[in-house]
Amino acid sequence: MVIQMNNEYYHSVVLDKSKCKGCTTCLRNCPTQAIRVRNGKATIIKERCIDCGECIRVCPYHAKNAVTDKLDILKNYKYTVALPAPTTIAQFKKKISVNRILTALKDIGFDEVQEVAYGAEIVGEALKYELMEKDVKKPLISSACPAVVRMLQVRFPELIENLVHLESPMEVTARLVRKRLKEEKGLRDEEIGLVFITPCAAKATTIHSYIPWDNSHSSIDASISISEIYPEILDRIDKVQEEDLQHSTGRGLIWAHTGGESSFIAEKQIINVDGIHNVISVLEEIENGRLRELDFFEGLACIGGCVGGCLTVENTFIAKKRIMDRSLDRKAGDNDITDEMIKSAYESGFLDREGKIFPMPETPLDPNIKEAINKMETMDKIEKTLPGIDCGSCGAPGCRALAEDIVRGQASEVDCIFVLREAINELSKLMYDLSEKVVPVMKDKENEGNE
Amino acid sequence: MSSIYEMDYNVGSRDFAAAGDASRSIKRTLQQIGVDTSVVRRIAIASYEAEMNIAIHSKGGKMHLAVNSDKVVVATEDFGPGIENVDLAMTEGWSTATDEIREMGFGAGMGLPNMKKCSDEFSIESSVPEGTRIKMIFKL
Ligand SMILES: Nc1ncnc2c1ncn2[C@@H]1O[C@H](COP(=O)(O)OP(=O)(O)O)[C@@H](O)[C@H]1O
Ligand code: SF4
Ligand code: SF4
Ligand SMILES: [Mg+2]
Repeated sequence: MVIQMNNEYYHSVVLDKSKCKGCTTCLRNCPTQAIRVRNGKATIIKERCIDCGECIRVCPYHAKNAVTDKLDILKNYKYTVALPAPTTIAQFKKKISVNRILTALKDIGFDEVQEVAYGAEIVGEALKYELMEKDVKKPLISSACPAVVRMLQVRFPELIENLVHLESPMEVTARLVRKRLKEEKGLRDEEIGLVFITPCAAKATTIHSYIPWDNSHSSIDASISISEIYPEILDRIDKVQEEDLQHSTGRGLIWAHTGGESSFIAEKQIINVDGIHNVISVLEEIENGRLRELDFFEGLACIGGCVGGCLTVENTFIAKKRIMDRSLDRKAGDNDITDEMIKSAYESGFLDREGKIFPMPETPLDPNIKEAINKMETMDKIEKTLPGIDCGSCGAPGCRALAEDIVRGQASEVDCIFVLREAINELSKLMYDLSEKVVPVMKDKENEGNE
Repeated sequence: MSSIYEMDYNVGSRDFAAAGDASRSIKRTLQQIGVDTSVVRRIAIASYEAEMNIAIHSKGGKMHLAVNSDKVVVATEDFGPGIENVDLAMTEGWSTATDEIREMGFGAGMGLPNMKKCSDEFSIESSVPEGTRIKMIFKL
């Protein structure tokens, strides 16, 4: 079933409450401080979550996961197409041909397979035209990773205008396939089921709520995670009769790892970075105006890039090596992409992102600025009363975060075990003092005895 | 009750590991208060330049943030050596940064001019060897 939601805060990352032990590991690793532990279970503050999947990766109990679709969605459509992310190929040894992997994938029950690496090659080649635009804001920032786009919306709204104006490889591939199926097979939109084979939660999220460009909608209908479909492919990989399905070349496949996108404009001034915390640190430098000479910034939320996606199976670095090996082999793969084709696709606007990406700043401490200023003061005062060791036992990611939760009315000072202990200490002192005090009517009697 | 939020930040001389922390914290504070994103951006850039100037060119100093409902004030003060010729220092591209500093990507001589450009009111006083004071006002 396709979840049709245009809710701004739709997320793929979810928590399995029965598995969560409230251990606070995810709390510390969330780059946007979106997690709190309440009543012994982690909860996600939706407006802050960027679907980076960091919490899925670090949870020792595998309590965090991503909602993706299941294979039974295929029966909802007359004609289905699997669109595997380039990372899908990286899950398999190089000696297994791309065609064999794709055939096994198709055999699961798709009518067709079309690699996203094909669209990746088109978008990659089109980047140079984007950089040539007169009014381009530099550094141009890659929009390939939805978690990074979302990070910009929340924390760096002023950098949104630096984002590449082209659609992601996933969307471009889907647009091409959809157009062809309508023209050649006479299919109607609702008869077509385009299923993205996703390495991550962030991509799955954009499909369902299309968050980054939320006044628009995706050309993709559903997503199934690589980890879910992997065993199905494996079951078939030796059995299938190999078909000629490959449309990717090494150029497109290298989008699977960091630097792949940048390689299309290698002669430019580029920084590419992976790991969401590293991405944030470079975005801060860009925001500070320190990187004015930079042409392009490729930031990917996962270490290694999409090969490190939270819904993949193979070790990130092995997967990366496999992609590099495959892309070195120039003979492997061929397609119909030409310079003229890219140029005309670019100029016609076919590659343009539909709709606008809006800032999504987090809710201020108070809608009224005067109140917000007062709350900020209170927050500082509260923070000073806290021990400052960021232990996480209160369920917030640190002392300052707890102070913020308190002024937002979402937590209380005694959530801090140290404040609580102090309060109990004082209370017991008070109780002791009180127990020493004598009831007034008794006073004279006691004094009498002493005299 | 007049609502005003104030905060002081120390900026160490040549402390490159910590340089940038004050402006980062200023930005975060303003975002949480709900200041308009484009104003936050201007303040972030100007504060960052001011902070780096203290770290790079001075013997260390302080930054002060004051926010009320109609303006944000960022003021800096350092312990010297002061600027010989302020007009010259305000010129775009003028810099006394050493080669090492330029190597680190600073020293383009655009810091002071950008601070002026980003702020609605800008004032600078400097005396040798006492130090430099800067006050920037951003209207909300
Ligand atoms: N706080 C300061 N203390 C002493 N000198 C300063 C200070 N701030 C700026 N200067 C001087 O003014 C010059 C220009 O500053 P600025 O416009 O920020 O450019 P840059 O920092 O790139 O050199 C500096 O090179 C330095 O000589
Ligand atoms: S997906 Fe990322 S942003 Fe969202 S809660 Fe998990 S770690 Fe935080
Ligand atoms: S780097 Fe790739 S796999 Fe990771 S969140 Fe971004 S798009 Fe998804
Ligand atoms: Mg400077």
